Amino acid sequence: MDYKNRKGWLYLLPAFLFLGAFMIYPLIDVFVYSFEEGYNSASQTFFGTGLYNYSYVLHDPYFLQAVKNTLILVIITVPLSTGLALLISVALSSIQKLRELFQTVYFLPYVTNTLAVGLVFMILFKKTAYSDGLVNLLIQCFGGSSVDFIDGPYWAKMFVLCFYTIWVVMPFKILILTSALASVNQTYYNAARVDGTPKWRIFTRITLPMISPMIFYLIITGFIGAFKAYSDAVALFGTDLNAAEMNTIVGYVYDMLYGDSGGYPSYASAAAIILFAIVLTITCINLLVSKKHVHY
Amino acid sequence: MKIVLQNLTKKFPSRNKKSREEVIAVNDFTFEIPDGKLIGLLGPSGCGKSTALNLICGLLKPTSGRIFFGEDDVTDLPPEHRGVGLVFQNYALYPHLTVLKNITFPLENLRGADKLSKEEMKKRAYDAARLVQLEDLMDRKPSELSGGQQQRVAIARALVKMPRVLLLDEPLSNLDARLRLQTREEIRRIQHRTQVTTIFVTHDQEEAMSISDMIVVMKDGVVQQIGRPQEVYDEPVNLFVAKFLGTPPINIFRGKVADGRLYIGGEAVLPVQGVPDQEVTVGILPEGFILQENGPLTCDLDRVEVMGRDISVVSTHPCSENASIRSIINAENTVDPDAATVRFAVKPRKLFLFHPETGERIRFTAE
Amino acid sequence: MSQTIDYQKIQRSTRARRILGNVIIYASLILWGLIVLFPFYWMLLTSVKSYGSYNAEYVPSFFTLSPTLQNYVDAFTTVSLGRYLLNTLIFTLITTAIMLVVTTLAAFAFARLEFRGKDAVFTLFLALMMIPNELVVITNFTSITNLGLRNTFLGLILPSVTSVFYIYLLKENFAQIPDELYYAAKVDGTSDLRYLRRVMIPICKPTLITIVILKIIECWNSYVWPRLITDDPNYYLVSNGIQEIRENGFGRENIPAMMAAVVVISVPLIVLFLIFRKKIMAGVARGGTKG
Repeated sequence: MDYKNRKGWLYLLPAFLFLGAFMIYPLIDVFVYSFEEGYNSASQTFFGTGLYNYSYVLHDPYFLQAVKNTLILVIITVPLSTGLALLISVALSSIQKLRELFQTVYFLPYVTNTLAVGLVFMILFKKTAYSDGLVNLLIQCFGGSSVDFIDGPYWAKMFVLCFYTIWVVMPFKILILTSALASVNQTYYNAARVDGTPKWRIFTRITLPMISPMIFYLIITGFIGAFKAYSDAVALFGTDLNAAEMNTIVGYVYDMLYGDSGGYPSYASAAAIILFAIVLTITCINLLVSKKHVHY
Repeated sequence: MKIVLQNLTKKFPSRNKKSREEVIAVNDFTFEIPDGKLIGLLGPSGCGKSTALNLICGLLKPTSGRIFFGEDDVTDLPPEHRGVGLVFQNYALYPHLTVLKNITFPLENLRGADKLSKEEMKKRAYDAARLVQLEDLMDRKPSELSGGQQQRVAIARALVKMPRVLLLDEPLSNLDARLRLQTREEIRRIQHRTQVTTIFVTHDQEEAMSISDMIVVMKDGVVQQIGRPQEVYDEPVNLFVAKFLGTPPINIFRGKVADGRLYIGGEAVLPVQGVPDQEVTVGILPEGFILQENGPLTCDLDRVEVMGRDISVVSTHPCSENASIRSIINAENTVDPDAATVRFAVKPRKLFLFHPETGERIRFTAE
Repeated sequence: MSQTIDYQKIQRSTRARRILGNVIIYASLILWGLIVLFPFYWMLLTSVKSYGSYNAEYVPSFFTLSPTLQNYVDAFTTVSLGRYLLNTLIFTLITTAIMLVVTTLAAFAFARLEFRGKDAVFTLFLALMMIPNELVVITNFTSITNLGLRNTFLGLILPSVTSVFYIYLLKENFAQIPDELYYAAKVDGTSDLRYLRRVMIPICKPTLITIVILKIIECWNSYVWPRLITDDPNYYLVSNGIQEIRENGFGRENIPAMMAAVVVISVPLIVLFLIFRKKIMAGVARGGTKG
């Protein structure tokens, strides 16, 4: 018995060491950090313990800007991308020809490097001395006036960020929804057809309820993902997000940790824990709502 | 509503992409289903009976041929305009809706002049539910019902819009043996009450024989025989039909006709007039055997099974194509279970001759 | 008679509606396909335009008649793109290899071995799946810094190895192998490790491949950790490398060369995806998320 126990743990040991050192210990430590006031990473000293770090972060205008940006991003991209993905998936599952080709193409953004492709979006939207950029030329074509989406007004930058975020998250949502749609038994549709059910009614009364668990799964993961937005913003606006007014909560955490404004792990920890609390709350609310609305 | 099928054919492209051959699921169906009858579409799995059903309800389009409901040509109509009710093998009840909602679902689709008020819908739903004795379960979800109850909900949903034709696809195959018996009586009863022309598909010959007014036996997309169950059983047109019907199944022997006599393994079993000398396949129904001390057919006795009213004599014969021969004999006769052999005479009306290659029936007169 | 006419009308209108519906469906699918593909097309196109012609176009042209590969040469010579690619390759391969060993051993222990505390540990592991990376990155950053492992491969790799989700995925797959096989091997005197190597790994190869591919994608695209832990360009991976190129590389204006770098970075994963399309999509559908 003793030998058996030892053997089990032996197999588990590598995983346990890695997880212990890089997940469990940090998880505890981050809370410790967040309560250590005035922690100095060079001398590894701190003045005292308390809630000062939280209060500092919550009064930091950069943090408030980051929260505002993140909230706008979440509120715009989650419903929009989920809805759009639903439309595309429904369209995809109603065709036979070229379906695999479309699915393959739609999945491409998932396997691309967010930072690298972000640069392409940047040059498409950016206004330079040489050219107004393709998007602006299009706008001018339709009689609008050009805007610098990368260094220009706030709403324009937010628009690009949302657009790029949606472009990046769509593959996952389309994939999940098309497989959810494919798993709905065909006989339900046959039954509805024999009963002369109009298409929109089949969709709202049969398809939607049947795939509602997956839609809620996507909404929950979408919220979590959008709250953690960071690299998309870096890809578009560069590493100095505070200067671009486009920082996100996660960006704020990393800026506190490292870089020109860095060296404050305590503030970073406090901000990370605030983020975690927000995400946890929203996920719980989502779960409560979904209990009421998701069928079976 | 009578249903007429004219040269109805459905071909599918072969699943194997390399061979260009088409699969003919339904091959040149031409027959008429009289108004108000219960028809069993019967055949082994893969014979195209479900395809035929889907053609009639409109979920599939025929490759060629026409379908008439009464005088109307419905061949190119989409299913919702045909006025059919369809019950699926797995019932296809919407799992997120209650029984009541499931039954009213088809009614809510009605538009324009046919549109119903909420009360009317509810009334019609309860009428349908009463017909299948479900009115106490209207607020349950399908997952809270037994298989038989789910089946009845599916029937109620198909009936609630008062279809001209009711179609049932393997309606009993998901039920256990006892429920199956009970439910098939139920279907018969409902069909009698509503008098709606009903077609049901099954691979179980006993099921089809017991409740149908008429059965259609199919094989490989081709109709073999159509008729009242007893007629088909008593006069099968070919070896396939004879083998497919009846429990226990028909006993098959290799035989030979010479000089107007039928020989099975050297013994002249029966005089058969009007048949030229040739090899034949012989089918003898289980009830076609008569115990006779000096009967012409000698079999090696295996065992005797007592069934109460009847006994079943299980024996073997070198010319038999089955592993054993089963004969059903009135229990007034006694058979010594320890005897080595048993001898039978044969009832001429219960013995059929078939062509050994084509399987077609060869008619004869017994005298 | 009147009824037949009625039926024909119904037939015609359903047919017309079906065709119209199909047109709308295909049009919108193609539209989204264009939105997805256009950035890829644009980066390829820009990468083969010469520096001079790109900057001369006020209205960018949608094709070029004189493609040049000069930008690709620049990308490898002016900035250390080759270095970044090599670093990423080393990082990806070593991380994936260690992850595979660690994950397989742990999954085997959970699926096959009996030992005290197994259920408790497994529950702990499942709970860890819900912990966002952002929470643990802070301490990892200080630990690695304190250990003096900044700007080393060790510092890059160690915290990137573990993925609880993959342990879970593999454990589920291992658990599907019938117990009888294990007992039969035991009767024959096969050791656990040998059984794992000769029986379980071959049977679960599809899942292992899926895990490896997903991990490779994850490593290739990882940005946050490399950015935090390296400030020496000799240890940059492609993600922070491209960011470096953008901010300090060719000078902001040489966009064609930048696009050439972007193409070089994107191509390996796209090729991998096209080869293992089905496996990757199935693997992601089973529980991957981006990031």
